[in-house]
Amino acid sequence: MAETVERRILGRMSPSDEEIVINFGPQHPSTHGVIDFVTQTNGEIIRRSVPDIGYLHRGMEKIGETVGYPGFMPFTDRIDYLAAMFANEGYAMAVERLLKIDVPPRAKYLRAIAGELCRISNHWVAVGTMASDIGASTPLTHALREREAINDLLEELCGARLTFNYARIGGVSFDAPEGWGEKILNYLEHLESYIQEYDRLISLNQIYVKRLANVAVISPDQAIAYGLCGPNLRGSGISWDARRDLAYGAYPDFTFDVPVGQGKMGAVGDCWDRYAVRVLEMRESAKIIIQALAKLPEGEIMAKVARKPKPEPGEAIGRVESARGTMCYYVVSDGSEKAYRVRVRTGSFMAMGIIEEMSQGLMIADLIALIASLDVVAPEIDR
Amino acid sequence: MNAQEIHAKLKAQFGDAVGELTEAKIDPFVMVKSDKIVEICRFAKDEAGLDFNYCEDVTGIDWPTRNVIEVVYHLFSLKHRHQFVLKVEAARSQPSVPSVQGVWKAANWLEREVYDMLGVSFVGHPDMRRILLPDDWVGHPLRKDYQEAGGYHGVTNTRPDPLVKLGQKVEEERKAIAAAAPPPVAAPATATATNVAPAPASVPATAPATATNIAPAPTSVPAPAPVPATAPAPDKKESPNG
Repeated sequence: MAETVERRILGRMSPSDEEIVINFGPQHPSTHGVIDFVTQTNGEIIRRSVPDIGYLHRGMEKIGETVGYPGFMPFTDRIDYLAAMFANEGYAMAVERLLKIDVPPRAKYLRAIAGELCRISNHWVAVGTMASDIGASTPLTHALREREAINDLLEELCGARLTFNYARIGGVSFDAPEGWGEKILNYLEHLESYIQEYDRLISLNQIYVKRLANVAVISPDQAIAYGLCGPNLRGSGISWDARRDLAYGAYPDFTFDVPVGQGKMGAVGDCWDRYAVRVLEMRESAKIIIQALAKLPEGEIMAKVARKPKPEPGEAIGRVESARGTMCYYVVSDGSEKAYRVRVRTGSFMAMGIIEEMSQGLMIADLIALIASLDVVAPEIDR
Repeated sequence: MNAQEIHAKLKAQFGDAVGELTEAKIDPFVMVKSDKIVEICRFAKDEAGLDFNYCEDVTGIDWPTRNVIEVVYHLFSLKHRHQFVLKVEAARSQPSVPSVQGVWKAANWLEREVYDMLGVSFVGHPDMRRILLPDDWVGHPLRKDYQEAGGYHGVTNTRPDPLVKLGQKVEEERKAIAAAAPPPVAAPATATATNVAPAPASVPATAPATATNIAPAPTSVPAPAPVPATAPAPDKKESPNG
C-alpha cells in the first residue's frame, strides 16, 4: 500500500507543477452521497476526473442469494432509497416471470400509481438538489415541501415514507385506503402550479440557464455507447422509455408523452436538457396517475403465491423504468427456495461510467453540474 | 426479431462458435465460444437487422458444480426493441475472457465489476482494477465458496451477541436482589414475589406453580439465592418482558 490513492486511480502523478490532484469527496455536499471523484486539474480546467466508488457497497447481490425470494424485497428498498417503488417492482417482476405468475390488474394499477407518485417525489429531489448544487439553496426547500406531500400519500398507502416494501411477488401488500384517490387528485390539481412556480424560480432563471446550457453535452451516440438510461438517455434526445416501449404492467392502458431533450437552451444533451426532462416527466407522471385512478379496476391485489416459492430452474429478467432509468433484475433459479443469483443493473452505475470521459476539459464548477444532472444516488451505484 | 431469428443469424455467421439456443423456459440464452465473443458482439452490433447498439449488462454466475464461471451479456437494441442473452464459460481456476469494452464503452465498468465480484479477468481491458471493493481485498465475494476474512485492516465484521451480555446483566441483578433480600424465614412472600416464574423450576414437582401456593415453597428450598442460578434458561426469556 505504498501507492497513494491518486496514483492507483489516475495511474500516474501530474507531470508538471501546474497540475494538481484534488479529491471531490468522499464527503462532499455535491457528490450526492459517499463517492470520491479523484480529479486531476490544471488550474480551473479538469484534465481528468475518475470516480472512485464502492463506499456504500453492502453486497446486495450476495444477500439476494442468502435470503429467500420474498425475503429479498425489503433489501431492494435500500438499493435506491429515493425511488424504492421501482426497485420493489423490478424484483417482483423478475421473480413473477420465473414463477409464471399473472399479477391481478388492480395490483398492476396500484403499482403504476405508487410508482408514478414515487417518480414525482424522486424528481422533486433531483431538481431541488441540482439547484442547490449549482448554488441556489431556496429551490431545494420548495422541492422538499412538495415531496413531503407525496411522502404523506405513500405513507397512507403502505406505512412507510422512504423504504416502502410495497410490491410483493404476485401483487402488492396493501390496497388503496379509503379516500386515497381524492387526496392524490387534490395534490395533482396543484402540481402544475407548483411546477410553474418552480420554473419561474429556477428553471428559466438566467443565471441557472447559463450555468447549465451547453455544459457537458452528451451526444446521442455517446449516451447509447455508455449505456445511459432513463432521463439521462432521453436528455440526449433519444426517445426511449421502458414504460412505453416495453409496455410492462399497467402502462399499455395509459397515454402519455415521453419528453426528450431538445436543446432549447443550448445543445441537445447538455445539463439543462437532462434537468428539463425531469421537470417535464413530472407532468407526464401526473397524467398517468389521473388515468389510472379513473380506470382502477376492482378485484384482488395478490395472486396465489406459495409462502416459500420454488421456481423451476431457469433465469428471468425484469425491467422497469425507474426514476433513474431502466432498472434490470436478472434472477437465476436452481429450483431451490433461494435465488441462485440476483443481479441488479442500475441507472446510476451506468451514469457514473461516463464521467471520466465527459469531465475532460470541463471547469471544476461544471463537474458539479454534470454530476447533479446525471442524478446519481450513491447506494444505487454501489448496491 | 425474436430469439430464434437472432440465433439463426448468429449461427449462420459463426457456425460452431455459437451454441444452441436453450429451450425457452423463461428467457433463453446462447452459449458461445469465449475466443469468438468479441467478433460475435461486434457483428451483433453492426449487422443490419440485429443492431444491438446497447449493452445492457455484463455479469457473471459462478457454478462450482460444473467448475466454470459464466459471463453473461445482455444485449439490447434500442432500434428494434429486441434483446438477446449471450453467455461464455471460463474455467474457474484462472477465468479469463476477451474484453468487449471496445465494442460498447458501457462494458468497461461492467467488466470491472465482474472482475471485482467473480475474479474473471478480461483480456484487453485498459483498466482492470477492482471497482467496488478496496484494491487489497482478498477474494471475490460472489463466488459460491467465498469465505469472509473476518475483518479488514483490524475492523472486525463480527461482534459479541448482545443477548448473551443482556442475560448476564439480568442474572447479576437477580443475584443482587436476592442477596439484599432479608432472611427467607422473616418475609418469604416479598423475597419470592420477583421470582414467581423461576421458582417452580427448582421447587419439588408436587408444589403447584401458582403464586398463591409459593408461600410453603421456601420450607423445602434452603434459600431463595440459588433459585435463579439453577434456572438460567427461563430467566433470560422472562426477564426482558417483565
